[in-house]
Amino acid sequence: MAKMNLLQAINNALITAMTENEKVMTFGEDVGHFGGVFRATSHLQEKFGKGRCFNTPLTEQGIIGFANGLAAQGSVPVAEIQFGDYIFPAFDQIVNETAKWRYRSGGQFDVGSLTIRTPYGGGIAGGLYHSQSPEAFFAHCPGLKIVVPRDPYQAKGLLLASIRDKDPVLFMEPKRLYRASVADVPEEDYELPLGKADLVQQGSDITLLGWGAQIEVLQKAAEMALNDGVSCEIIDLRSILPWDAHTVAASVMKTGRLLINHEAPQTGGFASEIAATIQDKCFLYLEAPIARVCGLDTPYPLAHEKEYMPDETKTYEAIKRTLHY
Amino acid sequence: MAQVKTINRVNIIENGIIDIPMLQILDENGALVDEATIPEISKEVALKIYDTMEYIRVLDDRMIAAQRQGRISFYLASTGEEAAAVASAAALGDDDLIMSQYREQGALAYRGYTTDQFMNQMFSNKADPNKGRQMPIHYGDKALNFMTISSPLGTQIPQASGYAYGQKMAGKDAITICYFGEGAASEGDFHAGLNMAAVLNCPVIFFCRNNGYAISTPSEEQFAGDGIASRGLGYGVKTIRVDGNDPLAVYGATQEARKIAITQKCPVLIEAMTYRLAAHSTSDDPTGYRSKDEEDKWRAKDPIVRLAKWLDSKGWFDEAKNKQKVEQARLDVLASMKKCEKTDICDVDEIVTDVYHELPWHLKEQLDGLKQHIKKYPEKYPKTSGRVK
Repeated sequence: MAKMNLLQAINNALITAMTENEKVMTFGEDVGHFGGVFRATSHLQEKFGKGRCFNTPLTEQGIIGFANGLAAQGSVPVAEIQFGDYIFPAFDQIVNETAKWRYRSGGQFDVGSLTIRTPYGGGIAGGLYHSQSPEAFFAHCPGLKIVVPRDPYQAKGLLLASIRDKDPVLFMEPKRLYRASVADVPEEDYELPLGKADLVQQGSDITLLGWGAQIEVLQKAAEMALNDGVSCEIIDLRSILPWDAHTVAASVMKTGRLLINHEAPQTGGFASEIAATIQDKCFLYLEAPIARVCGLDTPYPLAHEKEYMPDETKTYEAIKRTLHY
Repeated sequence: MAQVKTINRVNIIENGIIDIPMLQILDENGALVDEATIPEISKEVALKIYDTMEYIRVLDDRMIAAQRQGRISFYLASTGEEAAAVASAAALGDDDLIMSQYREQGALAYRGYTTDQFMNQMFSNKADPNKGRQMPIHYGDKALNFMTISSPLGTQIPQASGYAYGQKMAGKDAITICYFGEGAASEGDFHAGLNMAAVLNCPVIFFCRNNGYAISTPSEEQFAGDGIASRGLGYGVKTIRVDGNDPLAVYGATQEARKIAITQKCPVLIEAMTYRLAAHSTSDDPTGYRSKDEEDKWRAKDPIVRLAKWLDSKGWFDEAKNKQKVEQARLDVLASMKKCEKTDICDVDEIVTDVYHELPWHLKEQLDGLKQHIKKYPEKYPKTSGRVK
């Protein structure tokens, strides 16, 4: 075990994967000698050479197009998009190419070895283009997996699983936790399962569901609710696609109430998909409408960041509303 | 940082300063151009190029008719441009990966794709390796190193750079060739792919078929520079422009480009000047946007006729035998079509496979729901209902 922050855990996972398999390559904007704008790829070029850890020209569609080709060839690309906000130029490559590669070729070819890493989320005074949470755009795209860790332990285990998974994975890193979240992380190799939610805290009155940096928010809100005598069950979804409806449904059948929290705007957010599915699977168990505590349906603002965010107070209020319904 | 010379007067560089010439070895009458250097080409390869071009002409003509009869949903012919795909593919090694757009059936045929394989894909039947999922002409074959085609234009260009980088890193003695049209070269992915290949030293040949039109858009409305070739130089990519209706020029240029790509580990751009004598697709009618005179001018530059004349001058061409071959190809295509159009489509279970490596819970649920529904209304889904378990 070693104390690592989220970035160090990611860096450690990349070193583990690149040491084990010489086909693993990391690339993107500024990931080479500089080690990435957040330092997630620190020292990888020194350790593994310029051939396996390199800068690309500044072109997101190019990075993912290149990564698709590399993956199809049999290499194991771990491509970095500097901010989730800048993934959209690569949307066509991801949605029309990455996600459909195996299906359209009848399984003759695939890009399953591809992992796309990108920092996402707000809380760092990033304004419109350094704060976005684009997971719902990609959740509408069959063929992709989407994974979001909540702390350094999760980050290493989930990233290693993503790199080795046989499907392309969009790995979204909560950047406000990069240095803020510190935990004991095993130095040896380990994996956490994709597609499996994690029960963070047991409770009996309401299920709180979220992912990434918002788990911290749910924990704080649950503490506030506990002072009122409310017992919250907290689930970290971890994988957005495919998502673990079974674990969520089992929890909701027990508590009878569900609150979903995400930073991304409410309309078309992934909470809508979860709410519709759980409503379908747990109709007779629900004692209140499913609550969504999300970002507003606005671009992500700078000065009003605090007002925009689905924070613990908003979550606490929604817990009370749901319980008193 | 680049070394930059200084000047002491305002000197705006005029558009047109780059004016790239076109390699031609056979003139329009199939005669050798004065002092032309003939590429190293065996009789066997020259005849295979010829036969493949003839075969593609037969296949294209027949399948356009089949689409008009409503037997297949869609088709794209390469009439007039056969030399570009066929003669370039002839200059490659078997291990070289081909990434194509959708008008390079000639390259696939040269590699040995059979008539039945073409038909199975076009009829989307269960023998189609794509399992009937893609529109006709979206071929792909792992055994022949031919990457499955997708409709979005230009996407294969940066992919080819990545594939070639992987080949280089794995120490393979092979390159990637990437075909696209001059319209696709306006996509951002062209810019991304060429720039990345140049900076990251990828052994890839970018092969542009400049056939004058992207659907109805003439090349004057596509770009203002000197075609596609001039752009290569801006990226630091070695470049050549060839007469795309001259099979020997295409073959010679591709042979040399491959040598450079594999030994120097770098990209090469080839721009083949040709003309799309066919409609864009069976959904298009070119009479609305171009003249018959223009088409006739290019019909006279037919690459098949041109190569036949050169083969004849070498004493390698047997006209009677050739006629027989073409007739046989027509019969084979017809027989294969009749057989393959009757083959069933895949079981409905294949609607959810290959989305992921393993079937996730939600796709299992959706498939189960679909099968229950089909069992209830079998007459509404006649192609698969008899096989739903």
